Amino acid sequence: MNALLTLFWTFARIGGLTFGGGYAMLPMLQREIVEHHGWATEEELADYYAVGQCTPGVIAVNTATFIGYKQRGVLGGIAATLGVVFPSLVIITILAACLQNFAEYPIVQDAFAGISVCVCVLILRAVLKLWKKSVISPGTLAIFIGVFGASALGNFIGFAISPVVLVVLSGVAGIVLRTISRTKPGKGA
Amino acid sequence: MTLILLFYEFFKVGLFSVGGGLATLPFLYDISDKTGWFTHGDITNLIAVSESTPGPIGVNAATYVGYLTAGLPGAVIATIGLITPSIIVILLVSQVLERFRTNRLVEDLFYGLRPASTGLIAAAGFLVMRSVFLTGSRHFLAMFQWGQILFAIVLFIAIEKFDKHPAVYIAISAVAGIIFHLSR
Repeated sequence: MNALLTLFWTFARIGGLTFGGGYAMLPMLQREIVEHHGWATEEELADYYAVGQCTPGVIAVNTATFIGYKQRGVLGGIAATLGVVFPSLVIITILAACLQNFAEYPIVQDAFAGISVCVCVLILRAVLKLWKKSVISPGTLAIFIGVFGASALGNFIGFAISPVVLVVLSGVAGIVLRTISRTKPGKGA
Repeated sequence: MTLILLFYEFFKVGLFSVGGGLATLPFLYDISDKTGWFTHGDITNLIAVSESTPGPIGVNAATYVGYLTAGLPGAVIATIGLITPSIIVILLVSQVLERFRTNRLVEDLFYGLRPASTGLIAAAGFLVMRSVFLTGSRHFLAMFQWGQILFAIVLFIAIEKFDKHPAVYIAISAVAGIIFHLSR
């Protein structure tokens, strides 16, 4: 029981002290998991993190589940995961409640009009970063254009295709493209 | 009933969003269009809140819209829905970690999933930009929110140059919005 509480508390601290999750979490993980608790070596942590990135879901949550599971089995995985989301639940619930009460004030509306411009710029930058890592060949460019087109166009004509469908189709396309490029050497996908 | 639907929708988000961070965004627009639980404007607000508070962005987003939809129970259920597939998938993968990491099929799958994730986020970003930068007018000059566009260019250059934490730019933008009355 004590070990589960330690897992919960450690990951609650990590969740509560990292802004932005994902990549921002790695230095925190190194300090807490490798240096402080000795739950994993640098190499093991890098492995867990890599798997967290290439499995579905939130990277921080996946990594927490993984480390918790390695320490104390299924219950450990659950304790670590609940820990990493706990600060979000508390902080965001309070903020959402406050925002609902103040949303009508003109000064709050002006502030959010300014913030929404910033949100646009942040998304644009995120997309440019992701683009460099994901659109690496004519085949991946075709997938990007197809998904972007289907998703953006769907909103215009009022016939939205579920992102779930697009994700599944793209996964299949990835497998097909790579299989073709392996059977026909020289013609890269 | 709403709570069960909320769990189901966020379970799907957790299962199908790949790449972390803003990858949950397109799914939120989809849920908003389908259910009307929250508006597109709420999503823009939630991005700002998620980026400027601690915690993973995807988790913050689930908590935020869960709260808007069904109060505190909604916040808890949406978050649990989001993390449940992670727990299941990771428990399965950790049994076969070595084989999973070097599996060619998994590599091929992600070769297709990564650009798809980028495309979905780009499309969601396009929606946000349309609501922020366009006025809905049919006349060319009146079509654009010129103040917003100018401010976006300044911000973009500033972020490229100084590379501070997003929360810093969000705070600056809030102040700029108040000074220049950007909501009018």
